[in-house]
Amino acid sequence: MDILLAVILGTMFGFVLQRIGAGDPDKIIGMLRLTDLHLMRTIFAGIGISSALLFQGMQAGVIDPGHLSVKTMYTGVIFGGMLLGFGWALSGFCPGTGVVALGTGRLDALFFILGGLGGAAVYMLMYGSLKSTFLMQKLFGGKATLVVTAKSTPLLDMSWSPWIAVGIGILMLIIARLLPEKIR
Amino acid sequence: MYWNWLKGGSALGIAFLLAVVLVKPIGVSTQFVILDGIIGDTVNDSLVVKDQQAKKGYSSSNAYLNKSGGKYAKSVAHPLNYSFIFVASMILGGLLGRMFQPGTGSVKIKQIPEVHQRRFGNSPVARALIAFIGGFIVLWGARLAGGCTSGHMMSGMMQTSISGYLFAVAAFTVAVPTAILIYKK
Repeated sequence: MDILLAVILGTMFGFVLQRIGAGDPDKIIGMLRLTDLHLMRTIFAGIGISSALLFQGMQAGVIDPGHLSVKTMYTGVIFGGMLLGFGWALSGFCPGTGVVALGTGRLDALFFILGGLGGAAVYMLMYGSLKSTFLMQKLFGGKATLVVTAKSTPLLDMSWSPWIAVGIGILMLIIARLLPEKIR
Repeated sequence: MYWNWLKGGSALGIAFLLAVVLVKPIGVSTQFVILDGIIGDTVNDSLVVKDQQAKKGYSSSNAYLNKSGGKYAKSVAHPLNYSFIFVASMILGGLLGRMFQPGTGSVKIKQIPEVHQRRFGNSPVARALIAFIGGFIVLWGARLAGGCTSGHMMSGMMQTSISGYLFAVAAFTVAVPTAILIYKK
């Protein structure tokens, strides 16, 4: 059952990423150069819609909050995010879109994935010497979220704070609507 | 043609929502480690071993595969698990997405991105090299961060994770000036 869901949801996710243009390095680099914001509008709308419906659904009791999984906040998130940003802008791929681009028949995506396997392998070998450094220092108490969820330490711990998440979701959808396709 | 922002954003939002409602939040970059582990375990049979003492029933001589009670070691030993098959299926999704794309499905894909061609010319070797180096840095960074664009930025911000917001700020703060500088006209 799990495997069937993996095939269905994974195929669907890959299909959607391709159709929004995320598997196309020209669209990614266009977004990052701020010359083509189409993908940024799509991403804002995607996060906004999923977040608003998720919190609305949990408040209404129709979505099981047990499936949430909040990632820990630590120093490495910032440094790792910056490195990822550099490689993302250089290549026009991130891990998910590289995998999708391989499916569309892009040969450069294969090299991106081979490079990625190399980077991940080097990280695996270095992990032992990184794990007790400042890079793994937890911040905001670790599994922190802005609003109350079943699986995290909320910064805003009022019981009604999930409605703030619904509001942020709607706000992101409005930002997506207002963003121009090009600003440079 | 690609979907417009509203249609694309709705489809993307529903994909992330369905995943968390039915199974768990979407993530991709961990599976690069799992594939490395699978390859490593084929070459060196003792990389991942059954271990009754470990919380997940497996342990590894590699500290990273061994962390969280052997969680990654277990996935390496059982490649037919949800997260790994999910990412493998994304290749099929990309293939089908392009195949049934109105107008462009039957046109041969442009192997060298236009921005690359303008800046570095038409050599496929240069493009492959840049993609390889980019991939190396992206995955090293994603592993240090504990997630990538899917896991941190999309799934994380969907749940209002502080790590998701700060990851997104860090990634865009570097990515935007880098892209402008490297691919200026």
